[in-house]
Amino acid sequence: MMHDADVIIVGAGPAGMAAAATAARAGAQVLLLDEQPRAGGQIFRNVGVNGDARTYLGKDYVAGKPLVDALDHPNITAEYGATVWRIEAGPRVIWSREGESRMSCAPHILLAGGAQERPVPFPGWTLPGVMPAGATQILMKTAGLLPRDAVLAGSGPLLYLIAAQMIDAGAPPRALVETQTIASMLRAAPQLPRALLAARMLIKGLGFIRKIRAAGVARYTGASGFRAAMTEDGGIAFSFLAKGKAHQLNTPILLTHQGVVPATHMSRAAGIVHSWTDVQRAFQPAVDTWGRTDVPGIHVAGDGAGIGGAEAAQAAGRLAALDILHLQGLLSEDARNQKSAPDRAMLRRALAIRPFLDTAYAPLAEFLSPPDAAIACRCEEVTAGDIRQSIQEGANGLRQVKTATRAGMGPCQGRMCDLTVRGILSSCGAKPATPRARSPIKPIRLGELAALATQQETSA
Amino acid sequence: MKIASRFLTRPDAAAVHVTLDGVRIAAQPGDTVAAAMLAHSGDPARHSATGAARTAFCMMGVCFDCLVEVDGRPNVQGCMIAVREGMVLRRQRGLRPLIGGGHDA
Ligand code: FES
Repeated sequence: MMHDADVIIVGAGPAGMAAAATAARAGAQVLLLDEQPRAGGQIFRNVGVNGDARTYLGKDYVAGKPLVDALDHPNITAEYGATVWRIEAGPRVIWSREGESRMSCAPHILLAGGAQERPVPFPGWTLPGVMPAGATQILMKTAGLLPRDAVLAGSGPLLYLIAAQMIDAGAPPRALVETQTIASMLRAAPQLPRALLAARMLIKGLGFIRKIRAAGVARYTGASGFRAAMTEDGGIAFSFLAKGKAHQLNTPILLTHQGVVPATHMSRAAGIVHSWTDVQRAFQPAVDTWGRTDVPGIHVAGDGAGIGGAEAAQAAGRLAALDILHLQGLLSEDARNQKSAPDRAMLRRALAIRPFLDTAYAPLAEFLSPPDAAIACRCEEVTAGDIRQSIQEGANGLRQVKTATRAGMGPCQGRMCDLTVRGILSSCGAKPATPRARSPIKPIRLGELAALATQQETSA
Repeated sequence: MKIASRFLTRPDAAAVHVTLDGVRIAAQPGDTVAAAMLAHSGDPARHSATGAARTAFCMMGVCFDCLVEVDGRPNVQGCMIAVREGMVLRRQRGLRPLIGGGHDA
């Protein structure tokens, strides 16, 4: 078979960019595909364009620029706006751009698709004016759009970072409503000594919290019972309980966050074995310490293989690249192992803080298995109540729930509801298996499929 | 209904003009269609099959809440496409048929 490259890397975030540079410098031909118009991934989105022009985004954001610059290498062909919709044995990648699909082949594929925000379903979360906090951060990075008098609600390090960025940008949030409780912090405390390995990150987090305090942003902790309704002027009336008291805040825009989860549609559709992790409450592909999966020729690295953050993703990307170089005969086993030492150390350091974060900022039960009135599947407008009813009527797995309710059958293909359907099932006592994802993993027009088929026939 | 944008007005920059349901609106170069619509107003960007109001949500191509008609093509993900001078945008009502929604458990 004709190969288009030695390795195809899907995703130009921290893992994919680091892997591409490592592979290219060692002499491998790299084809790098990303759905966005530029390299960076969500964390370093547009850093190549912004540089340090939007200073409120902070130093850690600008730190992504060298990764983007390193892609300027003769061995790297980067294709942006490229939506991968199928991965086949071979391995082969089928991707689409501007309504035209093409197929690329290589002996190795590295999936570096990263993470998505964990859906935060509650009654009213589909209203205009409710958005994930990470989505507004994307708007800050790509369009310089700053939310007006926002309320930030939820938990996790990203929430503090975004609050700090908004303060520095001169658009402080009206309030910060945090879901973590003193009990969850105490549960996480035994993990702190280990987290000290990542002291720099801890100190940074404390710095954000100090900044939020100094800016006088109203803070509520131990919040639960989220509910949003529309006000007369089109704003959001956000109600919740905090420390047993009912509160209501009116805001043009409510920004929620409960952490991020691996984006696994691509790895699941590629046939890789996945499992559920109770610690991170998400599905993740099974990988070895080099990112190898059970499917020959396919590695997975970065947040898509389990949430570790940008630094861990870069290290994991380079480790996967070293392994691929070894499998391609460009690096001996000894050389691979030797070269991996700094990245192994970086990975260990970066992951040291995860057990603390995963416990302290765990998602609330009410978002994993939301109240009946909450929409679970945004596309098909299926409520948590509809799903519970289907379970009462005998559905006992994701597939049956989907058949009965249409949850997960819309254009997002379950990206926004798989975790919720699973959460409801497991709160009803079921042990749901990993849902299968089927190609095309993004909607493709019929004409485009037909054109690709003709092209394959004529070239066969 | 015209709801004020939920975002602060940006400093002026060279403008790109598009039309949204026949109304000429200004965007900034590099904006996605979804960003331009959010900057313009807080109005719904789409109505679901049951008539519920929605606006762009995830901004990263995951949720499909940003579907919009662009230059006559329905179901374009507004968060994944940049504005171009003279682009004709129309808000959608209901979900137009899409293929490739195949997903089973
Ligand atoms: S806003 Fe979610 S896909 Fe565009």
